[in-house]
Amino acid sequence: MSIDIKTAAHVAKLARIRVEDDALPALAQEFSAILGFIEQLNEVDVDGVEPMTSVTPMRLKRREDVVTDGNIQKQVLANAPDAREGFFAVPKVVE
Amino acid sequence: MLDLTYEPPKPKVIQGAKHDWELVIGLEVHAQVASKAKLFSGASTQFGAEPNSNVAFVDAAMPGMLPVINEFCVEQAVRTGLGLKASINLRSAFDRKNYFYPDLPQGYQISQLYHPIVGEGEVLVDMAPGIARLVRIERIHIEQDAGKSIHDMDPNMSFVDLNRTGVALMEIVSRPDIRGPEEAAAYVVKLRQIMRYLGTCDGNMQNGNLRADVNVSVCRPGDYERYQETQDFSHLGTRCEIKNMNSMRFIQAAIEYEARRQIALIEDGKEVVQETRLYDPDKGETRSMRSKEEAHDYRYFPCPDLLPLEIEQAWVDDIAASLPELPDEKRARFVLDYGMTEYDASVLTADVESAMFFENVARGRDGKTAANWVINELFGRLKKDDLGISESPVSAAQLGAILDLLGRDEISGKIAKDLFEIVWTEGGDPAQIVEDRGMKQVTDTGAIEAAVDEVIAANPGQVEKAKANPKLAGWFVGQVMKATGGKANPKAVNDLVAAKLGL
Repeated sequence: MSIDIKTAAHVAKLARIRVEDDALPALAQEFSAILGFIEQLNEVDVDGVEPMTSVTPMRLKRREDVVTDGNIQKQVLANAPDAREGFFAVPKVVE
Repeated sequence: MLDLTYEPPKPKVIQGAKHDWELVIGLEVHAQVASKAKLFSGASTQFGAEPNSNVAFVDAAMPGMLPVINEFCVEQAVRTGLGLKASINLRSAFDRKNYFYPDLPQGYQISQLYHPIVGEGEVLVDMAPGIARLVRIERIHIEQDAGKSIHDMDPNMSFVDLNRTGVALMEIVSRPDIRGPEEAAAYVVKLRQIMRYLGTCDGNMQNGNLRADVNVSVCRPGDYERYQETQDFSHLGTRCEIKNMNSMRFIQAAIEYEARRQIALIEDGKEVVQETRLYDPDKGETRSMRSKEEAHDYRYFPCPDLLPLEIEQAWVDDIAASLPELPDEKRARFVLDYGMTEYDASVLTADVESAMFFENVARGRDGKTAANWVINELFGRLKKDDLGISESPVSAAQLGAILDLLGRDEISGKIAKDLFEIVWTEGGDPAQIVEDRGMKQVTDTGAIEAAVDEVIAANPGQVEKAKANPKLAGWFVGQVMKATGGKANPKAVNDLVAAKLGL
């Protein structure tokens, strides 16, 4: 599968990463190369093979319904570029 | 078991400028699991907390934090599935739904696209006695809620609160089996009722604990039947999705508006574009959320942080064994056991607390009388004071005691209502109140006879008239009741008045 410039621009936008127009061809080419590499896996015959989700036979770990965390507002907001009155303050999101 | 046969309601028909049109509606209901902690973290789900105080580092998506699933939330999804007679998938899995928004710090929502925990089920939506719509459930999956953005606190900034981020939701997806705005609202009411019976979601729509996305399309009469026959969606019109509504009234108004908008477009020779729309309750219209369209490319993939969710049949069986009696069964039983109408049974089983209250009143007493008193006197009085059943000043035991006094003919129906009002405002033991305040019914015929004689003697003119027109006997009955302070047994008074007047 080859990625064209338009698709590369779309993916960049979805990821909210700014990519200048002149950088798009190289990006598209890199995407294509990576996908091409991965696509080799399609050559393997996996008929009748169960998808493997873990290398060790583990059961999904569960927690009990008990409040054990939270009340760390200061720490949660510590890395925010801007926070006011306990909220994260971000550039206006227009709906 | 009672015969539960029913007829489906007629689909709503809207007259366009050129033709008649019908609606086809499917809903995605997001129900917040009634858990103490979040789906993948140990932070609290308490509503109304200080902003960003119910947040763990997992919810804030700090690097390296990993989700650990809350087993209670899984159990509630299974319970809800069983309550909707749905198949339970012993193996389900989590996927990431990727999109960017300030109140979604992970940059993705953990959901279950490919392998939901609950499969196909059904809900019987009652519209009127004997009229109900069977709505098929396609699936229920577990997912995380997003945070909350507040846009009106500052002209240039949006404020983000992550308290809600990561709270467990059950998304209940229906098939497009709903045929009108009223049915859609009734469907949400029924789901809410079932989940409140099950205790899996508190159904508080005001706090956003129950919200619905509504898919609406329109078609010509006959098209829907062709779809039902073939399950081929091409018979139906293009649908629009109205997002995130948290009131039954808005759901109905939005569907009505949206259907008329689509009809006008089609009759005008234009096309309905499949899109996401938002309902504006102030303007009473839906409008396009164009900003969402490109973001709809969610690039789902299996969540690498979570192993598949495998549950055991024995556990599911245990949950099934612990299910309470659900609304449909309870209603049928009330009709059968207490001889009440289906309508009264619906009213009494609307929520589990009312049903329990009624049964406590009815135990060992006449069911019909108990139903009448709970519905007419108690519910009426609660409504007047805007109180819920759990806040009722009159307990089931007190109401039962009033009915006992009435049943033993110790008080008249009129006095019973007065007594109810006294117990409502002052509290106390009804039997004691009757004793202390001399409210007992006079059943002593001698005393009643004396009162009748007195009234007859004092009103010779009325006696003559009554002899000519027996209907006027009622006047004497009223006078006697007045003279005895309403305590005379009305039947005894009736009989005596008739006898004395020679009627």
